[in-house]
Amino acid sequence: MDFNGSDTIPGPRAEDHLPQSTTAAAKIVIVGGFGVGKTTMVGSVSEIKPLTTEETMTQAGIGVDDNYGSETKTATTVAMDFGRIRITDEVVLYLFGTPGQERFWFLWEGLFEGALGAVVLVDTRRLEVSFEVMGRLEERGVPFVVAVNTFPDGPRYPLDDLRSALDLAPEIPIVECDARRRASSRDVLMTLMRFLHALALSNGLA
Amino acid sequence: MTPPQRRRRHPVPEPVPAPPPAPEPVEQEEQEEGEKKNPERLYIITGPDGERAPLDLVTLIVARAEPPSSATPEQTAVLRMCGAPLSVAEVSAYLGLPFSVVSVLLTEMLAAELVQARAPIVRQHLPDRSLLEAVMHGLQRL
Repeated sequence: MDFNGSDTIPGPRAEDHLPQSTTAAAKIVIVGGFGVGKTTMVGSVSEIKPLTTEETMTQAGIGVDDNYGSETKTATTVAMDFGRIRITDEVVLYLFGTPGQERFWFLWEGLFEGALGAVVLVDTRRLEVSFEVMGRLEERGVPFVVAVNTFPDGPRYPLDDLRSALDLAPEIPIVECDARRRASSRDVLMTLMRFLHALALSNGLA
Repeated sequence: MTPPQRRRRHPVPEPVPAPPPAPEPVEQEEQEEGEKKNPERLYIITGPDGERAPLDLVTLIVARAEPPSSATPEQTAVLRMCGAPLSVAEVSAYLGLPFSVVSVLLTEMLAAELVQARAPIVRQHLPDRSLLEAVMHGLQRL
């Protein structure tokens, strides 16, 4: 036991320690516009209190050269909340809630490339903010499912109408959810895993 | 009421990697002056060789040694918190440092054999079905 000011050392609580046998981690990305409920969803299924990792984006005055030599650079901090679920004694799953704008994604190298898949969280009050992110995932070949976070004041569309409005490929699942509820958020993740499993089966046959 | 309409996109073939950019011609005198004037925090924590190991957000880090007497406060903090495996993202969160800074810090610690890295499971062209099944079982327990 270390009594030398151990309470000031940052780190996880003892009950949050992963077993030494944990050999590998996988990740899932939850992506959507501002205020769509990404953090809520991460928090509702995570076994640890959600944490935040951040990255600093420095913008040197683009196209402006009259500030040459001055110290004016604007730094924007972009935060990403994440949580964790222990799967087995060997495997742990991380969930990252990330901003929808692609210009932020490069800040975390390999965020999408290495992810098992993504959940696109949409809000029917601002459906169009998710268009760009879906297009980018399609271009990058990242498998995703769509979860419609139901807000009491949001317009309700039948899922078939949303499917055609979002021009989803027929095999891509779309489900409604309440990101505040653990069971509902878990079901979204299950939907993604089943979809990935089906993809693995069809790829395996090819 | 009709929702707004999107158009589906399709996978774009992998771009051919661009050749590394030629180093910008910087006059030696000017550079030295800049370094003296504006020492970056990144430079202080990570030392002069700011090379990054291919660390993922979910690469697991495990301490291999007790903090040596020469350890910086950041290195000591990492070694203390990584007694049990911890992802790079968690190290970043607990230290309150950006992911890129933590990557450089950990790269140095890996080179010094202070920590060990356990590579993450990444999506492949043929996903591992048994892994997906394990994840489904794990989620059902929640």
